[in-house]
Amino acid sequence: MELKEKFIDGPWSSKIDVADFVYRNITPYTGDASFLCGPTDRTRKLWDICLKAMEEERQNNGVRSIDAKTISTITSHKAGYIDKENELIVGLQTDELLKRAIKPFGGWRVVERACNQNGVELDPKVKEIFTHYRKSHNDGVFDVYTEEILKFRSLGFLTGLPDNYSRGRIIGDYRRLALYGADRIIEAKKEDLKHLTGPMTEDRIRLREEVAEQIKALNEIKVLGEYYGLDLSRPAYNAHEAVQWVYMAYLAAVKEQDGAAMSLGSVSSFLDIYIDYDLNHGVLDEMHAQELIDQFVLKLRMVRHLRMQAYNDIFAGDPTWITESIGGRFNDGKIKVTKTSFRFLQTLYNLGPAPEPNMTVLWSPELPEGFKDFCAKVSIDTSSVQYENDNLMRDTRKCDDYGIACCVSYQAVGKAIQFFGARANLAKALLLAINGGRCENTGTVMVEGIEPLKSDVLNYEEVLANYKKVLHEVARVYNEAMNIIHYMHDKYDYERSQMAFIDTNPSINLAYGVAGMSIAADSLSAIKFAKVTAHRNEEGLTDSFSIEGEYPCFGNDDDRVDNIAKELIHYFNGELCKLPIYKNAEPTLSILTITSNVMYGKKTGATPDGRLKGVAFAPGANPMHGRDSHGAIASLSSVSKLDYHDAMDGISNTFSIVPKSLGPTDDEKIENLVTMMDGYFTKGAHHLNVNVLNREMLEDAMEHPEKYPQLTIRVSGYAVNFIKLSREHQLEVIARTFHERF
Amino acid sequence: MELKVHSYESMGTYDGPGLRLVVFLQGCPFKCLYCANPDTIPAEGGTVTHPEEILKMALSQKPFFGKKGGVTFSGGEPTVQAEALVPLVRELHENGINVCIDTNGGIWNRHVEELFSIADLTLLDVKQFNPARHLELTGRPNTQTLATAAWLEENQRPFWLRYVLVPGISDAEEDIRQLGEHFGKGRYRMIRRVEILPYHTLGKNKYDSLGLEYRLKDTPLNTKEQLERAKSLFDEYFDCAVLN
Repeated sequence: MELKEKFIDGPWSSKIDVADFVYRNITPYTGDASFLCGPTDRTRKLWDICLKAMEEERQNNGVRSIDAKTISTITSHKAGYIDKENELIVGLQTDELLKRAIKPFGGWRVVERACNQNGVELDPKVKEIFTHYRKSHNDGVFDVYTEEILKFRSLGFLTGLPDNYSRGRIIGDYRRLALYGADRIIEAKKEDLKHLTGPMTEDRIRLREEVAEQIKALNEIKVLGEYYGLDLSRPAYNAHEAVQWVYMAYLAAVKEQDGAAMSLGSVSSFLDIYIDYDLNHGVLDEMHAQELIDQFVLKLRMVRHLRMQAYNDIFAGDPTWITESIGGRFNDGKIKVTKTSFRFLQTLYNLGPAPEPNMTVLWSPELPEGFKDFCAKVSIDTSSVQYENDNLMRDTRKCDDYGIACCVSYQAVGKAIQFFGARANLAKALLLAINGGRCENTGTVMVEGIEPLKSDVLNYEEVLANYKKVLHEVARVYNEAMNIIHYMHDKYDYERSQMAFIDTNPSINLAYGVAGMSIAADSLSAIKFAKVTAHRNEEGLTDSFSIEGEYPCFGNDDDRVDNIAKELIHYFNGELCKLPIYKNAEPTLSILTITSNVMYGKKTGATPDGRLKGVAFAPGANPMHGRDSHGAIASLSSVSKLDYHDAMDGISNTFSIVPKSLGPTDDEKIENLVTMMDGYFTKGAHHLNVNVLNREMLEDAMEHPEKYPQLTIRVSGYAVNFIKLSREHQLEVIARTFHERF
Repeated sequence: MELKVHSYESMGTYDGPGLRLVVFLQGCPFKCLYCANPDTIPAEGGTVTHPEEILKMALSQKPFFGKKGGVTFSGGEPTVQAEALVPLVRELHENGINVCIDTNGGIWNRHVEELFSIADLTLLDVKQFNPARHLELTGRPNTQTLATAAWLEENQRPFWLRYVLVPGISDAEEDIRQLGEHFGKGRYRMIRRVEILPYHTLGKNKYDSLGLEYRLKDTPLNTKEQLERAKSLFDEYFDCAVLN
């Protein structure tokens, strides 16, 4: 039977339009979680093998094995299986479970270092290819970087830039392979190419080349399918195939690329349409529907990239950010929650808690109570879910068929992409304003024309005026670095397999970011409301600050300082928005650090808020640890005041609470958590990580990691396996504000 | 008229229904042996705060209150500052915010009477039903607390009865039975919930930092059995007893 006869027909059958297909065919579910099933024996057996492999991985310093010879492409590795007999959804990145592949197009030196750090030698041929015959993204960027950018980069004003690794952040619309099959997508791309005619400007030539590459990638995806006996040239005909096809499209992406964050989009409610059809036609039952999702999720949990130690210092816990967005509503108010939304969350019980895929609920107070209650329960039980404000994002960004890229960033699926931009250090930039434009650690002149302060008793107006000048310059240098990075990435490490599942010539966001916001805001508040004296070393650089009197700290629902934070973000975003961007991308800004807040803090001297040199920042937009003395809601209230319009790449907030503080009974805990999130998002906040954990458990896990193989915690925009964090990151997580009740 | 505020807990989940902004006020006439907030007892101290500031905070946090939550005034003993609280409670009401008063019921004057008559819910802490042991435990008799309960009942003001279960001090079966006989078996129809609060020592370190002696240092925490026994005792008299 033709698909358009099986499903409700619409524009989707005559053009590539998955959103239309989903809208017309979705079956919203308003009930509770009572229909869900546990794992099948097949899933259990398969997962046991994975657990053993992960334990070996942990024993072996976090990497089980590496193929240091084969440059990974869509078709580089033949079929690999975990346990063929029990494996419903097939496909591995390499020919063996958890074996990591090399992807040197981002930067071969990084690959070489990662191999060396894991006691493996990179095949000399790879080095030869990338030094004699082929250039990498990394080499391109460093050929072009200015001295000024290098200085800002090496001294820690701009950090984590994707200039020696792949940028990621692009979400292919992996649903397209299932709905249309590769041949139909190739046909559409060929049609696009036919119309991309002259005048042959640089832009036009580049785009023609990109589309031609996408078509090649689609043909290779068909070959990948053949390795596993799958005919990916045609659409998926049933639920099992739909899941398999979506996974194959994603697998092609993670075979070819090792971008920092390679998210999945919003596939659960799409898959629900196929599952619902099969359930209604008696060819599938609930247990096997859950089995398909369990096994899909299991595969996503086994995705690995080869990283070097310096990368782990920034993004701790070996994350892949396979973010799957669940729930939300359409623009007309129709609910996007389906039974498969529940089934995805249920995998956290069936397979146990895990950081990946990065489960993200698009929250709206208007979602069905049964779904909200289940989300809260899953959060309380597993700490593996994050939440984003669906109403806010749809109202502001307009498209309702969207996913979350990386941790917190809105992206219309298949219609738009992002250029990842790491982040600028706002706290360190503030010290430039106090040190006449010189780096507080080295004395290097970073910004010219910043007058030394008239007095060491800091004057708010004077410091603020300098700070604005500094931020203007930081924005300029940051923008220059970004343009270079993304030009080179397109040239040497183009994401052809992902772009094949995205409209030709999509809109682009350049995703800038900041770290240290609460430190900068508290510092300005201290200068404004207390008396802050700077103490300087013999070179005249600040090495400490003393504070007399009290000042309001960010995180206590106090407008005096909350407005400083808000204004700071507004100003810096405004400066970034004035600058021209490669490919005419639209600038957006995130307040997000991932786990880099530890490393940023390390690189930053003492700050006027009383923070000592080297001390970790709070993550994302969180108030600084221990300063939010008015309790959790006041803290959430402060963060909710930051304006999403000034930070449309996302405002990340991580909330940790001990279970007892949520309420006396299980039902009250769920009810209170739901009420809290309804309140937080009603106030216009953007994002929330929810951890419900005991401090004692974390401390015990540090000492006895073998007892907690699956202990998952949410960290600034994503989840990590706690025992995979470095000791330093573990201590930082524990020091972070736990909302406890006395 | 200004208020003396000791501190805030914006995510109160144990002081009244739903999520609540708990405002701890400074000063308390009782000197309970197990007081977890000894720093709130002295009449002096606290941050002098204009009621407008609290109103502003409550309005900012109102979306978090949901259908059940609101503001709870606790302490210290909030009724010490009843005169300043009354207009604030009225303003909170004008803004659709539910208000609870967490009190020991030991103070009575016209301002306190007015406060109880407008509060949506009173959380009445009965420390001990036995007068002698109440005096020993708190330094004050319980006569007024019981009179306050009677007033609430008579004036149809809903309240929760709260009872801290301290081993050896307030967990004797005889005392609990007397309390049950007095309030339970349907005698007090305005009691919406009876909360049994397990004894905890989380305030202990505050005594050290204040240079005070913690007089219950030899008192153990409740065992699970003790809590269950107390719960079943209360259940004999009340159909709304919960163990927090």
